[in-house]
Amino acid sequence: MAHTSMAISLDAAHPAGGWRGFVADWSSDRTAFRVSWGKAMMWIFLLSDTFVFGCFLIGYMTVRMSTTVAWPNPSIVFGLDVGGVEVPLLLIALMTFVLITSSGTMAMAVNYAYRRDRYRAALLMVVTAILGECFVGMQAFEWSKLIFEEGVRPWGNPMGAAQFGSAFFMITGFHGLHVTAGVIYLMTVALKLTRGDYERAGDYQIVEIAGLYWHFVDLVWVFIFAFFYLW
Amino acid sequence: METAHEPQHRQQHQQHPISLYLKIWGLLFVLSTLSYLVDYFQLQGMLRWTLIVVFMVAKAGLIIAVFMHMAWERMALVCAILIPPLALLVFVWLMAAEADYTFVTRGIFFR
Repeated sequence: MAHTSMAISLDAAHPAGGWRGFVADWSSDRTAFRVSWGKAMMWIFLLSDTFVFGCFLIGYMTVRMSTTVAWPNPSIVFGLDVGGVEVPLLLIALMTFVLITSSGTMAMAVNYAYRRDRYRAALLMVVTAILGECFVGMQAFEWSKLIFEEGVRPWGNPMGAAQFGSAFFMITGFHGLHVTAGVIYLMTVALKLTRGDYERAGDYQIVEIAGLYWHFVDLVWVFIFAFFYLW
Repeated sequence: METAHEPQHRQQHQQHPISLYLKIWGLLFVLSTLSYLVDYFQLQGMLRWTLIVVFMVAKAGLIIAVFMHMAWERMALVCAILIPPLALLVFVWLMAAEADYTFVTRGIFFR
C-alpha cells in the first residue's frame, strides 16, 4: 500500500513526457462525473447527436428562409381526411402522443428495474418498443402518402418550394432511423433483463441508460414537431 | 448480496415514485394537445410563434429534467451536457444572417 502511494507521488512530481505522458494524463483516474462510464458516455453521445439534429434543423431553417418560392403549408400537407372532414396535422398529433406515451412507459420501466422487478421492467420496455414501432409504422404511412399521393420528391414537389422535400425526408428520416435503432436496443435490453443478466451482475443501470436514449428520441421529436410541422 | 448491491449504492440511484412520472406524462399530453390546438385553430403571427416555442421549451424541459433525471444529477454533468448546445444558437444566428443575404440576392437576380 505504502509502495503504491509513493509511486503515485513520484509520478505526480515527475510526470512522464511524450506518448507515455499522454497515456498517463488521460488515464490517471481523475473523475469529473460521479456516474458510471456507461451513463457518462451515453450523455456525451446524446450531446453529439444534439449537434447532428441541430445542424439538420438549422439547415432546414436556412433553406426555408432563403427560398423565394412559398413554403408548402404543413398544416394542409399533413392533414388527414376523416369521414369527409379535413383535420389538419392529425397523423402528426397521433405520432406525438404515441411517442410521449412510450417515454412514459420507459420511465416506469427504469423504476421497476431499480426495484429489481425485472419481468415487469422487461414488459414495460417491450410496450415501449411496440409503441416506437407504431410510430415508425405511422411514419412509413406518412412517407408513402407524401411520395405516392402528393408527389413530394427530395428535389421538388407540386405544392411550392423545392427544398421542402429534401428537408422533410432528411430530418424525419434520420429521426425515424433513431427510433428504429432504439426499438432494437430496447428489445435487446429487455431480452437480457428477462434472461437475468443484470440480476447476476447486480447492476440494473443499463435500463436507465437505454431509457436516456429513448427519451432523447422523444426530445428530438418535440423540436421537429415545433419547427417542421407547426412553424 | 452486499457486493451485488455495491455498484448501485456508490453511484447515485435514480429512483423516483411512479406517480411523479405519471404526472409529468399527463403534463406532456396537455402541452402537446395545446401546441396541436395552436395549429388546429390556425393562430397566426407573433402569438403562434410565441405559443409554439413556449410549449416546446416546456416539454423539452420536463423530458430532460424528470424523465432523463437531469434535475437530480450533479452540477458538473448538468453543465457539461446542457451548456455546449447553446453554441447552436450562435450557429442559428449566423445562418439566419446568411439566409437573409441569399434571399435578397435571389430576389434581385432570379425573379
